[in-house]
Amino acid sequence: MKNKTKLPGIFLGIVMVIMYLPILMVVVYSFNEGKLIASWKGFSLDWYVKLFQDEEIWEAVKNSLILGVLSCFCASVLGTVGAVGMAKIKSKTKAPMEYLSTLPIMIPEIILGMVFLTFFHLLNLPNGMVTLVIAHTAFCIPYIYMMVKARLVGMEKSLEEAAKDLGATPIRTFFDITLPLILPAVASGCLLAFAMSWDDVIISIFVTGPKVTTLPIKIYTQMKTGVTPEINALCTFMLGVTVLVLILAGLIRKKLAKRQ
Amino acid sequence: MLGTQQKKHGGKLWLAVAPLYIFTLLFVAGPLIYMVILSFQTRAEGFGVINEFTLDNYKKILDPVYLGTFVQSLKLAVISTVIITIIGYPFGYFMAKCSPKWKRRLMMLLMIPFWTSALIRLYGWMILLQAKGAIYQTFHFFGIDIAPLKILYSYPAVVIGMVYALVPFMILAVYSSAEKMDWSLVEAARDLGASPAKAFVTVTLKLTMPGLLSGVILTFVPSMGLFFIADILGGNKIVLVGNLIQDQLTRGADWPFAAALAVVLMVMTSFLIFLYRRVTHTTELEGIL
Repeated sequence: MKNKTKLPGIFLGIVMVIMYLPILMVVVYSFNEGKLIASWKGFSLDWYVKLFQDEEIWEAVKNSLILGVLSCFCASVLGTVGAVGMAKIKSKTKAPMEYLSTLPIMIPEIILGMVFLTFFHLLNLPNGMVTLVIAHTAFCIPYIYMMVKARLVGMEKSLEEAAKDLGATPIRTFFDITLPLILPAVASGCLLAFAMSWDDVIISIFVTGPKVTTLPIKIYTQMKTGVTPEINALCTFMLGVTVLVLILAGLIRKKLAKRQ
Repeated sequence: MLGTQQKKHGGKLWLAVAPLYIFTLLFVAGPLIYMVILSFQTRAEGFGVINEFTLDNYKKILDPVYLGTFVQSLKLAVISTVIITIIGYPFGYFMAKCSPKWKRRLMMLLMIPFWTSALIRLYGWMILLQAKGAIYQTFHFFGIDIAPLKILYSYPAVVIGMVYALVPFMILAVYSSAEKMDWSLVEAARDLGASPAKAFVTVTLKLTMPGLLSGVILTFVPSMGLFFIADILGGNKIVLVGNLIQDQLTRGADWPFAAALAVVLMVMTSFLIFLYRRVTHTTELEGIL
């Protein structure tokens, strides 16, 4: 007795279409010749040409890249080494510290932004790239930490023990055995963290200084002041980068699943 | 000998976790503690903070103007969460019933809206909803004359934005718990004579509750803070707690008050997560990664 209707399929389809429609709009209208953002005048690449000639945009791209790479690097070192250590350590501080270090993805972004702003002010840290990197590292750590932790749970301990029995120092064991095994998890965690950092507006707005603009901040301020189709081109470019990063992360995850 | 070796080993382990401990204490715990302290301090004339204990910042929240903002935010959060549940729950549920091939495909399709900037995706809605935007033009293209839309910069636009930005979280949360579900239990209930509706309520709904509740938290909490949605789609007409905090931090320059607002929001968040843990007996929210 199977009453298979097409309804669920139709429902899933409609929701998916609505989900992608706005994204499609941004991309389609980035090729619009006209000056108004929502009236189609014909195909052109003018806005991309304008975009690539815009010095400020390049500056923002550079800042976003530096920020993403630096904070991912810091977060992956802290998160990976931390997760490996946490898996072995037996201490009463473990549970609360684990909770604290993954807390940033549970806190509403606006609160995270505000606590960083006020705290950096208290420390007399001038807002700029340094504060951005610290804030982004803080919310990137959970992604990497949780990925690595999940990988460590599914990992066989025998190799590490064998290395230890053969007289390898813990540091040597980490670099020769543990790290190669968890590397795919670190890499895909890193890419997800990069995607988050690359797109972040709320936290960045609070902790950036007057001199440093990232791409999402640029888009946000332009959206508030006056929109030109140049934003469409910029959004499309940003979407492209995010999608590329996600595909990379997906490929690595696939490889990881195969190996397990 | 063994003892010293263990000690040495323990020392090395501490070295491994120390950087994470230090960073977390300094840059996660530190700022949060400072937020609480700040919320009890007094605002200085002009700009700055005086180290003087006061409860005024919390009393100020009870001021009708600000209380109104809280109520409006809560109302919007409730409306959005209800709509998100109506769309997201069946989506996650049906998705878990798909064939493995389609599960993978749908998952991949969901990843892009899940991970790309809400800002960019909202911008697409601006294009669609503008008075003479894409929707209006499509109708005209097919020869149907409609009046220019009046949705953008209104309350419904903000609701659309919230639902759209947050629905992937609900879908993934429900899906991850529906996926783990033992479907044979539903069949057993049906075999024992339960109607489909009864089987759904007594078995499916109960077993997917952790996902549903996690989805509610993951959508309800951020919807109070996503100020840019109200900013961009609401055109400054709709003020949420998020906008209020942002305003106090920048233009208002009343940091203690902003801190008090954040503390209240934080307490509400923690309370929801606490309830979630009590109800589901789990520590981690469903479907975060």
